[in-house]
Amino acid sequence: MNYSHDNHLYFYGGVHPDDSKKLSACEPIKDAPLLEKYTVIVGQNIGAPPKVIVKKGDIVKKGQKIAEASAFVSANLHSPTSGTVSAITEIIGVFGAIVPAIEITSDGKDEACESTKIEPSKASPEELLAKIADAGLVGMGGAAFPTVVKLSPPKAKKIDTLIINGAECEPYLTADYRLMLESPDKVLRGVAIFAKILGVNRIIIGVEANKPDAIENLRKSHLLNEYGIEVKSLRVRYPQGAEKQLIYALTGRKVPSGGLPMDVACVVQNIGTSFAAYEAVYEGKTLYERVTTITGSRVVKPGNWRLRIGTPISKAIELCGGIKGDVAKIVAGGPMMGLAQISLDTTIMKSSSGILLLGNEEIIQYRNQPCIRCGNCVDVCPMELLPGPLSVYIENERFDLAEKEFVMDCMECGSCAYVCPSKRPLVQHFKRAKAEIIAKRKSQQLSQKAK
Amino acid sequence: MIILYSILILCVVALILGLSIGITAKYFLVEQDPQVEKILSLLPGANCGGCGFAGCSDFAKSLSEGKAEVEGCPVASAEVRKLIAQVLGKSVSDYIRKVAVVLCGGSNNFARKISEYNGIADCRSANIIAGGGKACRYGCLGFASCARVCPVNAIEICDGLAVVHSDICIGCGKCVKACPRNLIKLVPETITVHVFCSSKDKGVDKKKLCDVPCIGCRKCVKVAGEDEMLVDGFLVRTNYEKGPAADLPLRAGCPTNCLGNSFPYSYKKLSKGLIEEKVA
Repeated sequence: MNYSHDNHLYFYGGVHPDDSKKLSACEPIKDAPLLEKYTVIVGQNIGAPPKVIVKKGDIVKKGQKIAEASAFVSANLHSPTSGTVSAITEIIGVFGAIVPAIEITSDGKDEACESTKIEPSKASPEELLAKIADAGLVGMGGAAFPTVVKLSPPKAKKIDTLIINGAECEPYLTADYRLMLESPDKVLRGVAIFAKILGVNRIIIGVEANKPDAIENLRKSHLLNEYGIEVKSLRVRYPQGAEKQLIYALTGRKVPSGGLPMDVACVVQNIGTSFAAYEAVYEGKTLYERVTTITGSRVVKPGNWRLRIGTPISKAIELCGGIKGDVAKIVAGGPMMGLAQISLDTTIMKSSSGILLLGNEEIIQYRNQPCIRCGNCVDVCPMELLPGPLSVYIENERFDLAEKEFVMDCMECGSCAYVCPSKRPLVQHFKRAKAEIIAKRKSQQLSQKAK
Repeated sequence: MIILYSILILCVVALILGLSIGITAKYFLVEQDPQVEKILSLLPGANCGGCGFAGCSDFAKSLSEGKAEVEGCPVASAEVRKLIAQVLGKSVSDYIRKVAVVLCGGSNNFARKISEYNGIADCRSANIIAGGGKACRYGCLGFASCARVCPVNAIEICDGLAVVHSDICIGCGKCVKACPRNLIKLVPETITVHVFCSSKDKGVDKKKLCDVPCIGCRKCVKVAGEDEMLVDGFLVRTNYEKGPAADLPLRAGCPTNCLGNSFPYSYKKLSKGLIEEKVA
């Protein structure tokens, strides 16, 4: 049975950091003005990066496909505005590595390319799926997993529940919250599209209890009964929006180690993705813009903005009035799982849920002192791992032991590092171990193929 | 009486044990190849694993069985090789010892920093996460992953830059595998001219990130000849098969001081007068 606390559902472990959502929660979503230049990073999704199909000098329209999915796990990429492709370049990506990018210079007209709309009540699930694949939808909560892959599970796996993640458990971020507040009907219609594709009857939207107005707003909608959607309130606890934790809280099912939500007959989608699905199907709009929260104590005027994919972070910060005081860290994503940035030229991607400008008092300076075996990390690990001992294995480069102790199940939520009194950079250890283990597995596969 | 008994008992025990040792030595004797022992006594005995076998004794066994070549041991000197070859009844080719060199000169003094790296002090971890604090995406991270694996402590981290002391280096190649940025190369000992840069960026971009990059001006190529210095994109490399004369850095007048003898410019500047340059 799942846990329950004051009638709010929750899961094992987790932490409760100060959510600081008040900075931007009351700011309505605003459209960003058109920029002269956009630099669209090519590899935005998990899986294979798409293949670039434009060349320098090509004229493109807004929403036109500029890179094509190259594999099953891949997603199309579209031009954020009309203009010319001024260069195929490289920029520093969100992960700090240099990545290929397409630079588009705007012609100022912002002309949309021709698009087809579909009436979902008349269309078949296959048509809807094709439309979503065409629009290049990815999971917009931060992982950027191609939506179409999630929506086409293998035949052997029966799906009976569709879960919509409205938890937005990361502190500071308010993009999904604003969407639920401002356009609940569009979100619900998007959810219904997913449900039709999957052929499921049970649809649950899980929203954290710190957004009572969003829950009420969704529950008021007349579409709720029409589509048979339930809205449930979740206990405020990070990482409530993590796929496996959300499934457990809402259905009581536990995803097995190394498994996917489809192993327990569930599919999880994000609020932002549902909204994008609505736009793709009802309006024929491809995914070239998204709602991003720009916030933090060092932003003059925090807010929620509808930004085009490819907007440089520096321009996004300018929209909010710029920087005040000295910034200690600029983070893309939420403060718990987001990545510190080394360059302001990095651009907004499909998965950019937020940009944070944090001051010195808001960040941890890692000290990497020895593990004192206090066990705080074990109490909070939502995957029920042993972060402390694991990090010691990894420090001594014993990746085999770490693998045996399920380091691959770690989702890098950062709860362990948040509570660690020794200020150990635990997540970095796990990221490294995962990278090393994946590299080892790949080389083993290659050598087996060679045999 | 008691003393007599105890002496007697001890004598009997000694006799039984001595006999059993004698019998075991005779009947359970394992035939050892005297050749293997001889080779093993000649090998360095560092058990560094540079040969690819599990330590020196395994290598000696493989040598006498003909499964390995004398050249397989990267550590043994030319004389030792000759001696081993004599034991095996073979001849060895002329051998040039190989040493490791870190092809980067960007110490903290010379390479720009763009961020404050506050994570794990380990090159592999830093490279996976965001690439440390230095602006150059190709340069030495300076977290000593190579120095930690070196069996003879030949690598020094000096102002955020790994430097190999070639007189101590045994050329086992462990550091080459440890470096996530592939900056370390095994080169013949006789060639002491190196281009201390590995950045594939354009010259202009490099110059913004570091004071001592190779900007690909080809001054050294013109002086030494195209055979001895190779041009690889925006980078010049020493041709380690046919190296230039050791005084090339003096003659070429590298504008960024990135061409150097044995040690990078930044290291020489820090330890002025302490190291001898190997200029013939």
